[in-house]
Amino acid sequence: MSVKDKVIEIIAEQAVLEPGDVTMDSSLEDLGIDSLGLVESIFAIEEEFDISVPFNANEPTESDFDITNVQSIITGIEALITAQKA
Amino acid sequence: MHRVVITGAGTVNALGHDVPETLEAMREGRCGIGELEFQDVDRLAVKIGGQVRGFEAEGRYNRQQMSLYDRFTQFTLAAAKEAIAQSGLTFSGDEAARSGVILGTAAGGVSTWDQNYRLVYEEGKNRVHPFVVPKLMNNAAASHVSMEFNLKGPSFTVATACASSNHAMAQAFQMVRSGMAPVMITGGSESMLCFGGVKAWEGLRVMSKDACRPFSANRNGMVQGEGAGIFVFEEYEHARARGADILCEVIGFAMSSDASDIVMPSKNGAARAMSGALADAKVDRSDVCYINAHGTGTAANDKTECAAVADVFGPHADSLMISSTKSMHGHLIGGTGAVELLACIMALRDGVIAPTIGYEEPDPECALDVVPNEAREAKVNVAISNAFAFGGMNAVIALRRM
Repeated sequence: MSVKDKVIEIIAEQAVLEPGDVTMDSSLEDLGIDSLGLVESIFAIEEEFDISVPFNANEPTESDFDITNVQSIITGIEALITAQKA
Repeated sequence: MHRVVITGAGTVNALGHDVPETLEAMREGRCGIGELEFQDVDRLAVKIGGQVRGFEAEGRYNRQQMSLYDRFTQFTLAAAKEAIAQSGLTFSGDEAARSGVILGTAAGGVSTWDQNYRLVYEEGKNRVHPFVVPKLMNNAAASHVSMEFNLKGPSFTVATACASSNHAMAQAFQMVRSGMAPVMITGGSESMLCFGGVKAWEGLRVMSKDACRPFSANRNGMVQGEGAGIFVFEEYEHARARGADILCEVIGFAMSSDASDIVMPSKNGAARAMSGALADAKVDRSDVCYINAHGTGTAANDKTECAAVADVFGPHADSLMISSTKSMHGHLIGGTGAVELLACIMALRDGVIAPTIGYEEPDPECALDVVPNEAREAKVNVAISNAFAFGGMNAVIALRRM
């Protein structure tokens, strides 16, 4: 399974949706994922890919990790995998 | 001062997953203590406990709830659901704003601590689930009850070790009696039956390896249990106006502190709590027919408690009944007073005294009628429930038949 498909699966599970309902331009808010759901998703992503995601719930916009929408999250994770697995 | 009555009761414990099952087991003198089942139990010297069996979180709670509910919260929510359903109450508007939740627990989410310490220390992981803190905190159960039932008034959690539930219920009683709240949800829960939870108790060398035999000369220690007991405390006129079924009346309480030793009980502290509860309830000692004992099955507690009862009740001590249901469900630590209150309700409402099972040999230092091994029928007008905690903190509640 690609990184993209796996991330969509994690987000869909958190949102209690089918993966097909998660589009690349959806924001987490659009999908009904609140702040607790977000930190739980990040935990699941870190576990899945064995990476560390730089994210502080107190200042989400200050992190290098862009959570604007599903696409930006996937791009961020791919970059972190490349950097941390290099 | 308002009168306070109990209009709902709920429980999960080793004897049953609800009140009817639990009372039936108490009437039959059934033992819920057995072989413990959890990871690494083979590394324990103490391998028995009053474990709740067949209580599956799956199916009861959804995925998100399960990630937030420690076992002590799961027990609490199931018991609260039963109690509030029995009361027939729903909470909205001003009533919701004034009604709250006060629960007791000695240690909150022990198995959450245990599982996550195992992950980071034993398995070397460096990342834990984000909900570890909201799951393990001592007030998690009270908070989830408040959210589930829309209770927006005074809510908090009390931790006084083995007296936690009695202290919590005393606070709830006080709030309803004073007119501060029309209804309070109260009681307590505990779930320490995991490797770390039992290992810690094992260290103190007060645990029995075979059975809990309160007041019996051959008793050899306490046995841990787990579960929850939850009650609806309601202002009497409020309950009457809506035609609620009243289980019994709460008529008084007292608390005392031994101020002497961190683990050894004091006869004087226990006696002051019992006599204080009678004074608060304005009942004569001769009115008390039944005492639900703290009765842990340790050498120290049982003889001290019996001596305190003799001091408080004088000659009447020989004509009242005192039993310890810990012999059946184990010691629920911070939840114990709540589950034991059910035995008082059964005595008052059904006229059935729960027995002290496992009783084998009379102890001259516990020479009271401990209702050995078999339940007994008796008309009971007033009952008291004792809880005496490590740290010397005691709380006794007095109840009356309606």
